[in-house]
Amino acid sequence: MKFLCVECDEQMIFEQRQLPGDGTLAAAFRCPECERIVAMLTNPMETQLVSSLGIKIGGREVPGQPLELVRSNVVGGREDAFVEDEPDTGPDISPARDRSGPAPSVVWSLAAVERLEGVPRFVRGMVKRIYTDYAKENGISEITPDVMDRARSDLGLEGM
Amino acid sequence: MSIEHRTYTDLTAPDTSRMVAQVTEQHERVAARLAEVKACVAVMSGKGGVGKSLATAVLAAACARRGLDVGLLDADLVGPSAARMSGVDPSGLVVSEGGVRPVVSGDGVRVMSMDLLLEDGAPLAWREPGSESFVWRGAQERSALREFLADVQWGELDLLLVDLPPGTQRLVDLHELLPRLDGIVVLTIPSGASEAAVTRSMRMAGDRDVPILGVVENMSGYACPDCGETRPLFPGDAGSRLAARHEAPLLGRVPFDPRAAELAESGELAPLLDDTAAGGVLDAVGVAIIEAIR
Repeated sequence: MKFLCVECDEQMIFEQRQLPGDGTLAAAFRCPECERIVAMLTNPMETQLVSSLGIKIGGREVPGQPLELVRSNVVGGREDAFVEDEPDTGPDISPARDRSGPAPSVVWSLAAVERLEGVPRFVRGMVKRIYTDYAKENGISEITPDVMDRARSDLGLEGM
Repeated sequence: MSIEHRTYTDLTAPDTSRMVAQVTEQHERVAARLAEVKACVAVMSGKGGVGKSLATAVLAAACARRGLDVGLLDADLVGPSAARMSGVDPSGLVVSEGGVRPVVSGDGVRVMSMDLLLEDGAPLAWREPGSESFVWRGAQERSALREFLADVQWGELDLLLVDLPPGTQRLVDLHELLPRLDGIVVLTIPSGASEAAVTRSMRMAGDRDVPILGVVENMSGYACPDCGETRPLFPGDAGSRLAARHEAPLLGRVPFDPRAAELAESGELAPLLDDTAAGGVLDAVGVAIIEAIR
């Protein structure tokens, strides 16, 4: 997918991606010559078609997770299908105010933990990793519901 | 009035949407994961109800019992049964940053199947907007198969057996995803209807230059549990005819064996291989596969 600024005869550059949360997608492209920005807007079916391929317009911002598409999109998954084998560097999801011992790189607020517990177990471990990776990528030390909302929007985590 | 402008191929700068790059990365990820897999063989039939999943699970167990490191990938996403047939517990797949660890059967076969992921009796359904799901269902299933190949920690394997669903499309998906498909084993039952359907699959494999390692005729007669005699079950001679037409060996004729079916239902593949007529034939087919991939 390429966008051409016809007036300048210049290939436009991907600028940003937005997922408003209603299944649609907006991808903005900028002309390097005249700085004009155009947005490609896809409806939910078009968005689904792209995501079914396991790709994201503009590229990934955090690494892909194991069985990401399956775990994100399968309905009716077993609650006990997955067990997370968390390394020492993994997120501490104990409430921030209760934690003790060495400080982990990313902590979860109590409200964020409660919200995470509302995610089906089939996909919870993966969601946790994605939020943690997002926090690390963006230098965020504590994951709160606001951070989760931002990550959802930035990464297109519908339903997470 | 037409607007004059350059087209996609005229633009030489990289595709900044990175869609093509991501697809390339997906293929590279599959190749990297399977770098330690010495041979990948698909079991297919093109026709449903020929006992392919049972045969595949038994073949995997047979090869593992002969000392090979074997993986079993159930590519039948809609009607998965490899986990049940292999007698593995459908819970607790361990996920780490390196991927998902396959479940290991009692015979040492590393198994990955959609039936490890779905609730009992739940159909495979995808989260999707509204109707018209046919547009992306095929893409979803292909992506799921890709993830099963790329994201499962198969490790070093002598043989990865892939159980393909009925039809020909999944063979195409698999062939496009894999860096190398070393061959297919074709399963049929004796009937003319099966022969016609399986021929299409074999032609599809031939069109893609996938070697046909051999043909197995399943339900090739009924093994009477009382007298031990094998009697005809279906009219026809599809196994021999398909083998001759495609210049492939007939690897075996597997009798329908109620005791084998009963053992397979409970995932008891060791006694199936040791104590049943069907198991004996499939064990010999396993040996033939081992020889073929070597």
